[in-house]
Amino acid sequence: MIAESGHYALVLALGLALIQSIVPLIGARLADAALMNVARSTALAQLLFVGASFLALVMLHVNSDFSVANVYENSHSMKPLLYKITGVWGNHEGSMLLWVSILALFGGLVAAFGNNLPLSLRAHVLAVQAWIASAFYLFILVTSNPFLRIANPPIEGRDLNPVLQDIGLAVHPPMLYLGYVGFSISFSFAIAALMEGRIDAAWARWVRPWTLVAWIFLTLGIAMGSYWAYYELGWGGWWFWDPVENASLMPWLAGTALLHSALVMEKRNALKVWTILLSILTFSLSLLGTFLVRSGVITSVHAFATDPTRGVFILLILCLFIGGSLSLFAGRATSLKQGGLFAPISREGALVLNNLLLTVACAVVLFGTLYPLAMEMLADFKMSVGAPFYNLTFAPLFALLLLAVPFGPMLAWKRGDLLGVMQRLLAAGVAGLVAIAIAWGWASGGATLAPLAIGLGVFVIAGAITDIVERTGLVRVPFATALHRARGLPRSAWGTAFAHAGLGVALIGIVCETTWNSEHIATMKQNDVAHIAGYDVKLDGLFQRQGPNYREMIAEFKISRDGEAISVMTPSKRSFTTRGSSTTEAALLTRGASQLYISLGDANADGAIAVRIYHKPLVLLIWWGPVLMAFGGMLSLSDRRLRVGAPKPARAKQRLQPAE
Amino acid sequence: MTLWFVFALMTVAAIFAVLLPLGRSGRAQEQGGPNQGSEVAVYKDQLAEIERDLAVGLIAAPEAEAARVEISRRLLAAAAGEPAAAPKSNLKWRRSAAVLALVGLPLVAIGVYMPLGSPRLQDFPLAERERGTGMARSLENLVVQVEQHLEKNPTDGRGWNVLAPVLQRLGRFDDAVRAYRNSLTYNGESPERRSDLGEAIAAAAGGVVTAEAKTEFERAHALDADDPKSNYFLGLAAEQDGRKDDAANIWRALLAKAPADAPWRPLVQSSLARVGGGGSGTVPALSDETIAASKDMAEGDRNAMVRGMVERLATRLKQNGDDVEGWLRLVRAYLVMGDRDKAKGASTDARQAVANDAERLRQLNEGLKTLGLDG
Repeated sequence: MIAESGHYALVLALGLALIQSIVPLIGARLADAALMNVARSTALAQLLFVGASFLALVMLHVNSDFSVANVYENSHSMKPLLYKITGVWGNHEGSMLLWVSILALFGGLVAAFGNNLPLSLRAHVLAVQAWIASAFYLFILVTSNPFLRIANPPIEGRDLNPVLQDIGLAVHPPMLYLGYVGFSISFSFAIAALMEGRIDAAWARWVRPWTLVAWIFLTLGIAMGSYWAYYELGWGGWWFWDPVENASLMPWLAGTALLHSALVMEKRNALKVWTILLSILTFSLSLLGTFLVRSGVITSVHAFATDPTRGVFILLILCLFIGGSLSLFAGRATSLKQGGLFAPISREGALVLNNLLLTVACAVVLFGTLYPLAMEMLADFKMSVGAPFYNLTFAPLFALLLLAVPFGPMLAWKRGDLLGVMQRLLAAGVAGLVAIAIAWGWASGGATLAPLAIGLGVFVIAGAITDIVERTGLVRVPFATALHRARGLPRSAWGTAFAHAGLGVALIGIVCETTWNSEHIATMKQNDVAHIAGYDVKLDGLFQRQGPNYREMIAEFKISRDGEAISVMTPSKRSFTTRGSSTTEAALLTRGASQLYISLGDANADGAIAVRIYHKPLVLLIWWGPVLMAFGGMLSLSDRRLRVGAPKPARAKQRLQPAE
Repeated sequence: MTLWFVFALMTVAAIFAVLLPLGRSGRAQEQGGPNQGSEVAVYKDQLAEIERDLAVGLIAAPEAEAARVEISRRLLAAAAGEPAAAPKSNLKWRRSAAVLALVGLPLVAIGVYMPLGSPRLQDFPLAERERGTGMARSLENLVVQVEQHLEKNPTDGRGWNVLAPVLQRLGRFDDAVRAYRNSLTYNGESPERRSDLGEAIAAAAGGVVTAEAKTEFERAHALDADDPKSNYFLGLAAEQDGRKDDAANIWRALLAKAPADAPWRPLVQSSLARVGGGGSGTVPALSDETIAASKDMAEGDRNAMVRGMVERLATRLKQNGDDVEGWLRLVRAYLVMGDRDKAKGASTDARQAVANDAERLRQLNEGLKTLGLDG
């Protein structure tokens, strides 16, 4: 009953999506309010049915109903409840259902809160959403149906991939999907604007917050995925430039660019066409990411199953939407009215530079991701594009971008004063130089570029602080006045500062971790002591323990420094009988922002065990940075003011900061 | 019946969602003023905001003035371009939309659901199934319980001893292999356990006595030369390797020593009859029936079995290529497996191997022709 109702609800959602993709468009043509309003109620009903369908699948997993093939293949009756629930999207079919559920959620939100949107714009937006939804409902029903049944249900399931049996699965995919799918809103708005042939002010007012929501989730999702890989895979790596990671990084880069250009558009009514193009590109890259991960073109921990029909189906969806939207853009873009003008040296100019660098960086990643695939398919020649390629291409681009970041927020709209900004950033520059000097003096060995990169990171953070200091006038006016001004500052200004500082923080973490991490790989017996980065790591013993659906071998290490005991670390190896595979559970000891990392290898017959111990200085900064960025994004999102960029009068000498 | 009732309710709800806005009159939907949601409204809000910011002191007066001018410019442009068309209503199109919802939606829903769904299948939540079920399930239930017990107490040798043969009978050969291994580890060495393990390995490989299985039988044989099971399987291994004489010798010796009422006597006798007790070194059976029978097996088992046999045959033919019948079997096997390229490759190899012998070459070509592989 639950299974079949869930299945039927999904089918009904498809039916509603089909109606939603046609009727509102006819309504918009005829200027018929009732027909246009069909979009709203169908979007909400769609959300209801997909939500019910998703809930049904969750219930089936929780009840261990092995008459559903999806549950049988990915669940086990003895799995803890949390993993029974997260296991719903720990497989291809379930994760696609989550994908469409989130798509319906965003559609429903536009329908519910879009009262202040012009009626025809809302009808168009929801119709475009419904096209995407219809394509993916069909994809799910035809090629990856999670509700298929087994007539003679087996008594026990095959269990979830042990690597995925982790709290990370509860957070990483939903976050990432909220990000990916969230960009569908700006895509739908862009297509709607192209179809209507005009972009009004309401358009910009809507696109920026939605893009921001998607961007926040994507940022957190990527950071979470990276941290998960770091502690679960047992090698202490947090970014591998593998195609699946790139697939999430590309929409992030394009989305970041979109976020900034949407800002220009909202405030200054400029860069309209470019913003539309970026909206299309960002969502296209999200679709491309879905294709790369879900088609089985790439085998990785994310490719749950490989099935050529799925790949072909997604490829069709991809071609239809990307090709269709880009040709629509090519045909209609010229008819759109261009907006405000600005001088090259201005806030707008800085944002254009930001967009340029981000899109080129995105193109570099795209090239690095697709080139090996193309080579493999066309020339039957296997190659991998790894860190060296990105260090040579992506890193310099990003360094340039970071160098420019502190300048952007300090330039005035329409026409800016670069020299003045440089003077005000002097302190930040000095801070950066001091950081370089300290890093140079303190560091022994490592890459020559590392101190420079640290200096850059400090410069970005100091630049963000300078911006806030300038705005509040902290050094010039009495403290109480500054405090009052700080409270009065628009929250988006704080958001900008936090997000930009987050970039610097992440950069420092990345540089420190890659340059000065130390590792110790050894076979250890009981009471052996390893020395790493000033810590003494002593193996106290090995013992076995029984988990709910696995057995684990735990090694206990005593950590001390200069003879003083600090902590006990217990990495383990779990073996899962049902899948006949095992996972390594690394133990992490956090000291400030640095971590000690121990993971186990294979045990010998004579009681010795292979151990990998890493010391990772300031590694946590890598993830604190994105968290800070997301926090900045949320601050900016909570700022619900209407925005208008006040240009500085051309003749009047500058006295204060321009308003946000 | 309840299921269909639920389906009907859901369908009605979906149709209702489409009909609801169509039923309302056009005017009722104009909640806000005439400018609601339009460009003009946005700009007016922005103007109001500048006044607010100026009052709070967030922006200075000249900037506020500049911004005001800018917005006013946009406001004028927007007001000029605002479409004058008031929302209309179009009864004909509304009716067709209603029909689309009333007829199209149920049709699409049923049309998509029927081929995919299984409306006659009940839910089978695990909790319900454990409470009360038929006899057929009880064995599987017991097995699951024993497995769960062993999961927690993996050193319980007796448990593995009990579980292993049951798994073997249920056809879970891979699990049976593991269970026999554990039984050997915790109960100690014995010829019976070794040969049982070998049997399970062979069963997992679809009946082929693999090198791994053979090792186990040899160990059992070393422990007890008279162990009937290991002797029988060593004979089978010899037969599958094409050493029919050896197989016949092993089985003959086994029968000689066997008690007259041994239950496995007929099996060994029929095996002995199959190898014919000697003669020319013909190829092991890879009959059409075997391949056909293998089709009914699970995909994995079948592939393992067929591939194992075919590989064996191919290796032997590489060493001794005189056997025309063997070559034909190999080619046919490749064809059955759907691997036409390999079949062609094998026929080329065969022609090379028998090229010196006109009579064999003729036989081969004729055989290949009947397989549809001439030229």
